[in-house]
Amino acid sequence: MRKLLALAAAALLVGCADTPKLENSAGVEDRTPTGAAAGEQPGAGSEVRPVAPGEGQQGNPLKDPANILSKRSIFYDYDKYDVKDEYKPLLQAHARYLSQNPSAKTLIQGNADERGSREYNIALGQKRADGVKKMLQLMGVAESQMESVSLGEEKPRCTEATEECYAQNRRSDLLYRGEY
Amino acid sequence: MQFVCRTVLLLFALVCSSAQAQLSIEITGGGANQIPIGVLRFAGEQVLAQSISDIVEADLRRSGRFRMLFAGSVNPLPTEMSQVDFADWKSRNADAMVIGSVVRLADGRFEASFRLLDVPRQTQIGGVAFTLNAQQVRTTAHRIADLVYEKLTGDRGVFSTRIAYVVKQGSRYELQIADADGVGAQTALASREPIISPAWSPDGTRLAYVSFENKKPVVYVHSLVSGQRQAVANFKGSNSAPAWSSDGRRLAVVLSKDGGSQIYLIGADGSNPRRITDSGSIDTEPFFTPDGQSIYFTSDRGGSPQIYRMSLSGGEVTRVTFDGSYNVSPRISNDGKTLVYIARDGGRFQLRSLDLASRQGQALTDGLRDESPSFAPNGKMILYATQVNNRGSLAAVSSDGRVKQRLSVQAADVREPAWGPFFNN
Repeated sequence: MRKLLALAAAALLVGCADTPKLENSAGVEDRTPTGAAAGEQPGAGSEVRPVAPGEGQQGNPLKDPANILSKRSIFYDYDKYDVKDEYKPLLQAHARYLSQNPSAKTLIQGNADERGSREYNIALGQKRADGVKKMLQLMGVAESQMESVSLGEEKPRCTEATEECYAQNRRSDLLYRGEY
Repeated sequence: MQFVCRTVLLLFALVCSSAQAQLSIEITGGGANQIPIGVLRFAGEQVLAQSISDIVEADLRRSGRFRMLFAGSVNPLPTEMSQVDFADWKSRNADAMVIGSVVRLADGRFEASFRLLDVPRQTQIGGVAFTLNAQQVRTTAHRIADLVYEKLTGDRGVFSTRIAYVVKQGSRYELQIADADGVGAQTALASREPIISPAWSPDGTRLAYVSFENKKPVVYVHSLVSGQRQAVANFKGSNSAPAWSSDGRRLAVVLSKDGGSQIYLIGADGSNPRRITDSGSIDTEPFFTPDGQSIYFTSDRGGSPQIYRMSLSGGEVTRVTFDGSYNVSPRISNDGKTLVYIARDGGRFQLRSLDLASRQGQALTDGLRDESPSFAPNGKMILYATQVNNRGSLAAVSSDGRVKQRLSVQAADVREPAWGPFFNN
């Protein structure tokens, strides 16, 4: 009888539920063009170049893998929120893009690794995202074009309990409209 | 696809009760000075689908404060004190015993009555009769267990209370509510995005929580009576860490709308946000003192996350924790005397308590990744999240650290527990 009840309840539950999506720990990031390739070094190389306003017509610079604008992630040391020098070219490129496209808007999502309090990690992710926003502002971007938010430890890109994984998750991501 | 991804599933209690996620409880420690007690089968209780005496016995055992004596062989079952073989129970060193009976009433309902007996004195020290329908067996048994517990320990029982927690299965998150013994789990909210930080309103009718369904943290208040919910803090930036004031009229929340994570007071309907901390540092995890005059919170204003206390009238701030470089998630017992929090010790995150008057501290757990503590309303147990085999699980520990329980759900990640308030009579 109990089994029958459980089965009926389970059927009801399934009836109520959408088809579950496949496990994808980076649900928010899954449409960003970074590709989240493990070996990818955001900001690496010297491919900083001005983006002409008309350039997006043939291909979206935000999605062009050859364009630094397709790189969206900034990584941090444990318990730290300062933007390392290696990411400054990346932010300069985005600052230029946002300044040249005043209608463009970016959502800056700060993230933390899974260690410690979930709420404190929201605050830590917020501090990271706020730091990126402040830097973009200093580079000339209007505040109205940006929102900085935190996902804390809730949306890890990598789910193993290793330092490599944690380093992937201590991150700020820049997302543009349509990407979140 | 985008629409599908953005769809947040709202399943309200009673529409879909969760069948697969039954919490099971395992006790892993025992208390000192346990009271030896015999709970006899209630005469006639077989007319009910579940045995009241089994539920009463399980409740008392789980508290860790009783030593249950085998009572299964008693025949015939006494329903009056005069029918009890006190000599036999005295020889078994029983301090107390529970006897009872169940009869079917003419209107189809039932009457369950019990007597709590003091064995050495051979007197009745408690007894109540309840009228119940077939759906109220567990509720009635928990009430009986509460009365027995209070009579014998002097503390109010929490067997009639409920707990809330979040279950993650694959990419699905469910906010569930169950009885304090883990039975009867129901889903209040299901979502494809994370749900964290559930907090019960003082009257137990509403839950505040943080949902990421809009791709950022937003604070909601959810009525468990109507199933209606409302975003009460959805400002630019992040909105999180809701805590109820003791009158249930206000919430403390953490907002980043003015830059940085700072603490604000808002009405429970989201009205009149007022900033109450003003630092360039992280201020988060507010928790009201029972008198509503102060809040405890976590701040890194001193260079590392520590717990502070702030008066809501004067605004002066005092630092509470000093040992170690990471002390977070403050919670205060209902009597205002004890602080529990999470401390990092080496690479381990463990639950600690601090007697606020004597400043006497104690480690309550030895886990690796313990977090999100929540006091039982009687202050005797603390529910928290831990990890077992790399999976989230709930556990509870007595406030003296002696009794430990583990609550687990098969094949799911369980986290973010919150123990509800007393059941109001």
